[in-house]
Amino acid sequence: MLAATTAVQRPADAKLLVVDSQRNIVHVPRTAFVEFLRPNDLVIANDAATLPASLSGVHQPTGKTIEVRLAGRPSLDPMHVKRFSAIVFGEGDFHLRTEDRPLPPPLQTGDTLVLGPLHARVDELLGHPRLVSLLFDGTADQIWAGLASHGKPIQYSHMQTSLEMWDVWTRIAGPPVAFEAPSASFILDWHVLGAIREHSAAFATITHAAGISSTGDEDLDHLLPFDEPYHIPVATAKAVELTRRRGGRVIAVGTTVVRALEAAATDDGHLRSGYGIAKGKIGPATQLRVVDAILSGTHEPERVITNSCAPSSKTQPSNAPPPN
Amino acid sequence: MTSTDSFSGLRVAITGGTSGLGLALVRELVNRGARVAFVARTRERVEQVARETPGAHGIVGDVSVKEDIYPIAIQITGELGGLDVLINNASDLGPTPLRMLSDTECEDLEHVYATNVFGPFRLTKALMGALASSAREDRGGVVLNVTSDAAVNAYPGWGAYGSSKAALHHMSRIWNEEHAAEGVRFLSLDPGDMDTPMHAAAIPDADPITLKRPEQSAHEFVEAIAAALPQPVAA
Repeated sequence: MLAATTAVQRPADAKLLVVDSQRNIVHVPRTAFVEFLRPNDLVIANDAATLPASLSGVHQPTGKTIEVRLAGRPSLDPMHVKRFSAIVFGEGDFHLRTEDRPLPPPLQTGDTLVLGPLHARVDELLGHPRLVSLLFDGTADQIWAGLASHGKPIQYSHMQTSLEMWDVWTRIAGPPVAFEAPSASFILDWHVLGAIREHSAAFATITHAAGISSTGDEDLDHLLPFDEPYHIPVATAKAVELTRRRGGRVIAVGTTVVRALEAAATDDGHLRSGYGIAKGKIGPATQLRVVDAILSGTHEPERVITNSCAPSSKTQPSNAPPPN
Repeated sequence: MTSTDSFSGLRVAITGGTSGLGLALVRELVNRGARVAFVARTRERVEQVARETPGAHGIVGDVSVKEDIYPIAIQITGELGGLDVLINNASDLGPTPLRMLSDTECEDLEHVYATNVFGPFRLTKALMGALASSAREDRGGVVLNVTSDAAVNAYPGWGAYGSSKAALHHMSRIWNEEHAAEGVRFLSLDPGDMDTPMHAAAIPDADPITLKRPEQSAHEFVEAIAAALPQPVAA
């Protein structure tokens, strides 16, 4: 068992819990993930890199210190980075449990937040003292530079060591559009991708702006996940079609991938390529149209780093083959 | 289809982009329609080149500094929305006048390696996911590492620079083997002796007339990249 307080996302001894369609459970080393693949399976992961979305600063009208956690944006357009939705905390940092973090000073529309080199204005209050829509000053390049130099990865008090960017970027990280790391993808490295090919399976990616996982506030947490923009490459949509024709399974690495794929699915189970916004929530009763199995990271309740691989509700337990 | 068409909309990052070969590459690629992000250490020069090259994204950073790598990578992939081609061009000659290897201070050697080997290694590693995604989408996935004939010829006085470029050259060859299945191509190219500030620092009495113009080398490099691309990219 590895304590999740270790600021390393790729422990060599992490485990994989495999649940088959008959609800049988086995534990294996996480590195054995590829042994559960079959020829013609398609593994799809989220290639979003993690944005340094935690911004410390000052609420200019009161001079009070605050932490802003960027939580959503309306699109993936790289030049449209002026507007974000955000959660605002009062003084303190990640060392304090989010449940115990004080509220920010009362925020009003038009308030300026000074966040290191960045200046943002509260453009809209979104029905909760912590939740606002922000508009950043400056050009897109200036905003990217400010985020890159001043932002820190969002993190929580169970991990006391300060996370660095290299701790939260997966090996496959591409555009920095995730607000927290798409953590299930830490199972992937270049060796594993080679092993997937050796098993005659395939690999593809989507880009999904995975949002924050917790706010520490019950009312806000009920709103999660917020709407999340995504992009399905043409190559990925084609790979899904090919997998269907060959009788393989679509295996989603992480629930954000499930959310994006199902948002882009047509009623008859095809996958639309292109840009979109995922608005639906995935739950036990969700009937999935694209995804056959899910590889997901779990940390609760014992706070161990582990992954689980389970068939999706798209698979009928009575007649579906087990993942292995 | 001309090679110009293959660069329309291509997302390219260039380190050391404010002088010599790097600046010539920025201009050549922007003129061919590429979307270019360039990196250099001096803010004033970055802002000047960005002003003079509409459409190019200037990024201030030092690839020899470990803590700068992710901020650079965030800005490259953030501003371009991904990455198709990475050109590791930033180089450090080491102390001048050039000196024998045994007269080279350890700290000077370390700094040359930090710029010429560890910088490209760290930046390429951070951007490999973006490059592999580009390759899967048949857009690109090309890394050009700028090396030197000093990487393969033992020139007295060029020990720090030459040995670091030898490491970069061989690293490129290994990367090319390891990522061939991903579709990411690695090129390791020598631009030749050019009329640049770096060459002037190394050989102050060289006759500029005998040297290549950096624009010529940039043109040759861009043609080499075009040949390595999978197919023309839609704008």
